[in-house]
Amino acid sequence: MPDVIMPRLSDTMEEGELSRWMKQVGDEIHKGDVLAEIETDKATMDLEAFDNGILEQLLVAAGALVPIGAPVARIGDGSNIVADGAAPAAPTTAPTTAPTDAPTAVAPAPATAAPTSPARPTGELRTSPLARKIGREHGLDLHTIVGTGPQGRITRTDVDAAIAKQETAVTTAASAPVSAPLAVIPQPATTSTGSTDSVAVPVSRIRAVTARRLTESQAVPHFFLTSVVDVERLIAFRADANASLAALGIKVSLNDLFVRASAVALRAHPEVNASWGDGVILRHSHVNVGVAVATDDGLLVPVVTDADQKSLGAIATETRALAGLARTGGLSLAQMSGGTFTISNLGMFGIDSFTAVLNPPEAGILAIGAASDVPAVRDGVLVTVPTVKITLTVDHRVLDGAVAAAFLRDLTTLLEEPLRIVL
Amino acid sequence: MNTDTDNTEAVTTRTITYRQALNETLRAELEHDEKVFLIGEEIGVFEGSYKITAGLLEDFGPDRVLDAPIAEEGFVGAALGAAMLGMRPVVEIMTINFSLIAIDQIVNHAAKMRSMFAGQVSIPLVIRMPGGGGQQLAATHSQNLEVWYAHIPGLKVVAPSTPADAKALLTAAIRDDDPVIFLENLSLYSAKGEVPDGEQIAEIGKAAVVKTGIDLTIVSYSRGTTTALEVANQLEAEGLSIEVVDLRSLRPLDRDTICASVKKTGHAVVFEDDWLSYGIGAEISATIGEGVFDFLDAPVRRVAAAEVPLPYAKSLERAALPSAADLARVVREVLNLAPATATSNDK
Repeated sequence: MPDVIMPRLSDTMEEGELSRWMKQVGDEIHKGDVLAEIETDKATMDLEAFDNGILEQLLVAAGALVPIGAPVARIGDGSNIVADGAAPAAPTTAPTTAPTDAPTAVAPAPATAAPTSPARPTGELRTSPLARKIGREHGLDLHTIVGTGPQGRITRTDVDAAIAKQETAVTTAASAPVSAPLAVIPQPATTSTGSTDSVAVPVSRIRAVTARRLTESQAVPHFFLTSVVDVERLIAFRADANASLAALGIKVSLNDLFVRASAVALRAHPEVNASWGDGVILRHSHVNVGVAVATDDGLLVPVVTDADQKSLGAIATETRALAGLARTGGLSLAQMSGGTFTISNLGMFGIDSFTAVLNPPEAGILAIGAASDVPAVRDGVLVTVPTVKITLTVDHRVLDGAVAAAFLRDLTTLLEEPLRIVL
Repeated sequence: MNTDTDNTEAVTTRTITYRQALNETLRAELEHDEKVFLIGEEIGVFEGSYKITAGLLEDFGPDRVLDAPIAEEGFVGAALGAAMLGMRPVVEIMTINFSLIAIDQIVNHAAKMRSMFAGQVSIPLVIRMPGGGGQQLAATHSQNLEVWYAHIPGLKVVAPSTPADAKALLTAAIRDDDPVIFLENLSLYSAKGEVPDGEQIAEIGKAAVVKTGIDLTIVSYSRGTTTALEVANQLEAEGLSIEVVDLRSLRPLDRDTICASVKKTGHAVVFEDDWLSYGIGAEISATIGEGVFDFLDAPVRRVAAAEVPLPYAKSLERAALPSAADLARVVREVLNLAPATATSNDK
């Protein structure tokens, strides 16, 4: 019976952390049973069985990073049960796969399998020796290549095409950030510092992806626009709304109002609801607003889809649910995909104002600071007015200053006249 | 040509047949070395079943050109004994099929004497014999048994595909101090080609790249090489670049030339007249697998004879022998190309 292999669970995934085994050696397995949880670069997902049988052997221990295609377990008729002890102890920070200097680890990744039965990560691959050789020389992961030879064999033609594509991608790297490789294996601190003063903290998949994507976004030419929003009426509106929604058990946060207001403004400014796409600007028909959520493992951005079409109450309910899932690691890939704009709010931490780093390939991200009272003169009287500083980060390839300024002005007006947010 | 005033080293050539090249070479070697003599069935008065020895009895007499009885073991053994005593016999066996009667002399004696007698004797013996089918000579007279001899340490086996190589390899074989099986082919005797004048001596054990290309290597020998070239040229017209390696020597085998070619092209097809199983192609395939595995872009394929005793009926004989169309089809398969649409290359 075939080995259970590490599946490809997302486009950008190259390896997955087998975070938890849900079955034990000797368990009877039915097709569709959840064998394990896998933490990918984006989400924690279930590894389901495709075969019926007995779980005979676990080839990797919980916590191991496993390249796509590598076997993780063996299901059979129960005649070849290999006890748990045969599996290697989980080296949670072990350099399990990638050579430290090669972000795109090529197939032979010796350390992931049980010592008694060396895994062959290329097991499912049909390639010519020449294709493998060229792949090795160019650091290609042949699992990412579709073979066009007999029975799907990967041949020289296929790897040559992949290399050509890779070279093209390098020259346009800034515009195609999601295709860039991952580098997730932490270096032991001693190798870089030469001392024991630093402690190497292994990073989660989430942190690794965050690091990579934010690094990529630095290649994007961007600028910042800041606006001071008078939120006196917004706060009052929120209080009214919560009073009337209390019976329904819905509680609207200021952040929900920012999400809704941004969505309305984006609908009115389609040039902002866009992204840079390799020589063209992609204007998106849907307004999907991502909300940055801090979790113990790192930053996650669940997406409120069609936020311009949803009521404030619906947004409030949905955002709360998504944030809860984010904190428990339960977000699905779909719930984190498809954003066209992002809101990052550090107001609750008392930050006055800040600039957020773009979340590629989105063209804009809004950074929201804390509400603070500022003095103002109204009707000849000195009063204090609650204000919030909002800062828009813009991909200059997609938007110019004046267009972005018009968007931010309208957004500010919406926030200052909150009835318009819900009308 | 103005040879009177321009007596440079430019080699002049003539276009002659494979048969004529053999005949001229035998004549030249009879003249070159008085220890050379010819022996075989009906090679004197009758001038040989395939007229290779035409005119030689008349010019060199019965001491140099000996008609033998129909007793292959006997006259091969006699030649072997003469070779042990320093003569340079050139035996003609009418076809390779009849060498089976003499195989004990060849395999158990000629091939082993130098080693078993600790180098006290050498066996400068040449056994010429044609192989090949396609002449409606039926199962027992149409075989390609060269691999039997190529298997034997102590023998050398050469298999020229052109008149020029027939000359250069026969000269080399006769001057070699070890027993050489000289494989001819019935269908090559009338083939024409340019042959350089003057003494030409090939290095036994060297293959030749007879056509260069980059997409695929066809490895063949003897008659197969001419078919391979035909197919390569035909496919070249379709934009494929095919390299053809002519083995010339089956033992020793020039593994370096084979591997160098496949290293370049990444694809190989062996075209052989013998049967597929345990044939020449099996050895070539193993050579490629061991030598340039990492450079292979597809499995090595073999095009060989159908594994049946060769039928007599023309239609069945043609179907059983490996053809140009078979070779072209397999080349396309190895290169993962669509089959040719027309059947114009069916011969």
